[in-house]
Amino acid sequence: MPDRDVLHSDINCCYAQIECQARPELRGKPVVVGGDEEARHGIVLAKNLIAKRAGVKTAMALWEARKACPGLVVVPPDYRLYMDVSRRAREIYYDYTDRVEPFGPDEAWLDVTGTRRCLGLSPAEIAREVSERMVAELGISVSVGVSWNKIFAKFGSDYKKPDAVTVITRENYREVVWQAPVRDLLYVGPATERKLHSSGIDTIGQLACASDELLRNRLGKMGFVLRGFARGQDATEVKPYDRDAADVMREIKSYGNGLTAPRDICDPQSAKAYVWMLAESVAQRMREGRARARTVSVGARAADDLCTRSRQCKLPVATDVTLEVARAAWGLLRELEPLDASHPLRGIHVRASDLEPADADLQASLFDPLPRRTEMRELDASVDDLRRRYGNKCVVWGAQLVDEGAASVDAKADNTVHPVSFFHS
Amino acid sequence: MHGIESRKKTYVEAVVDIDPDGRQRPLAIYWGDGRCFVVDRVLESRRAASMKVGGHGIRYTVEICGRTKHLWHSDDGRWYVEEIVPGNAGAL
Repeated sequence: MPDRDVLHSDINCCYAQIECQARPELRGKPVVVGGDEEARHGIVLAKNLIAKRAGVKTAMALWEARKACPGLVVVPPDYRLYMDVSRRAREIYYDYTDRVEPFGPDEAWLDVTGTRRCLGLSPAEIAREVSERMVAELGISVSVGVSWNKIFAKFGSDYKKPDAVTVITRENYREVVWQAPVRDLLYVGPATERKLHSSGIDTIGQLACASDELLRNRLGKMGFVLRGFARGQDATEVKPYDRDAADVMREIKSYGNGLTAPRDICDPQSAKAYVWMLAESVAQRMREGRARARTVSVGARAADDLCTRSRQCKLPVATDVTLEVARAAWGLLRELEPLDASHPLRGIHVRASDLEPADADLQASLFDPLPRRTEMRELDASVDDLRRRYGNKCVVWGAQLVDEGAASVDAKADNTVHPVSFFHS
Repeated sequence: MHGIESRKKTYVEAVVDIDPDGRQRPLAIYWGDGRCFVVDRVLESRRAASMKVGGHGIRYTVEICGRTKHLWHSDDGRWYVEEIVPGNAGAL
């Protein structure tokens, strides 16, 4: 089978670059896009090159960033602007191929295997044209990697920044990729890097040549996957993007929603308010996705040690009813944590998984804890309709009104779905 | 000696012709002081970013009073120009 032509395009310092392009008065200054400090989301979401050189890192607390870089300019995020630029970037990509797989708002893979026949452009020429158009039409720079597989294409876009095109071929990959630290390979994080280092593997080339026995002992099945990545053997396809669903065409495995509370949660009423709000967002998104869930899980992040503990339960009947998801989540949270001032919570997460289609046959239970299921589903449908017309905050559950913080948050609208794992089929 | 000039984004009222296919052509713009500047010719239209005042959209290169100017139609529907802000005359 002939090699594919795969590009990976990465918008450099995405949010910060978009802000600096939109506001020329920021140029030449160290800039970060930072979360809301008052709502305790005060971390660095993105930094520009000047801030990066001063030692500012993404996810750093803003007070730390200001200490590292006096004169730092902090701007609040404008997600609508970033999503608009991200969409415009994809429209440029679509001029070259219909096989575009976004990986977050700032990255995308493009399969341009068939494009040479149509446009008469080589992959490297396409990469350069994309790069030039991003500057000319959107005022932002990208780094683009070109190779025969997604892993090396992503390596290429990380290899030289900003505003660069890196081509990795079968002739040069040993020289370019194999000399690089193993941490530069996609899906090698700090923990895997430490395990590999303890086995004497520090470069991608050494990983590519590692024995079956070593990989099995140190990393299990994942070791073989990573070795395949290192050898350029990844054959995963560039998944097409469904513009109507605003998502890559893949099967959704779960619906989750979590938040960090503006103030630590120290009493059951506030905890219940947040659980109800999150459960409702999850249930509403399930209904929109035409899915039901058999499993509900809850995660609670403690305010003192910031550790997250979680529990899950299997429901007797798959559901998309808000009340059922909320009650299950609330029951799990009460079992998990004492809810009082001695055990304050910083954040809560609710997830529904083990999905099935909403129109699948339902096996009713003799001991159905919610006999009025039909009425509850009709209530949910009415509430969904009101919210579609008047916004998510026009109707709220009474439990939410107990806590001022919970009443003011729109969990569904503010929910950001982060890039799904590379391994999610 | 000329003063150092900068540019600022100035939104303008625009008179636009829209054809049956939805293509837009600016015909005139109104300045903040009420003056009307007729667009003599549209030389080019293309998607572009404004590096001088920020933002992006469809950039129209037009002829107004014999001079070539840029007029932007941003994605939020507004029209703007890169207004020249003169510096102090004689400033070093």
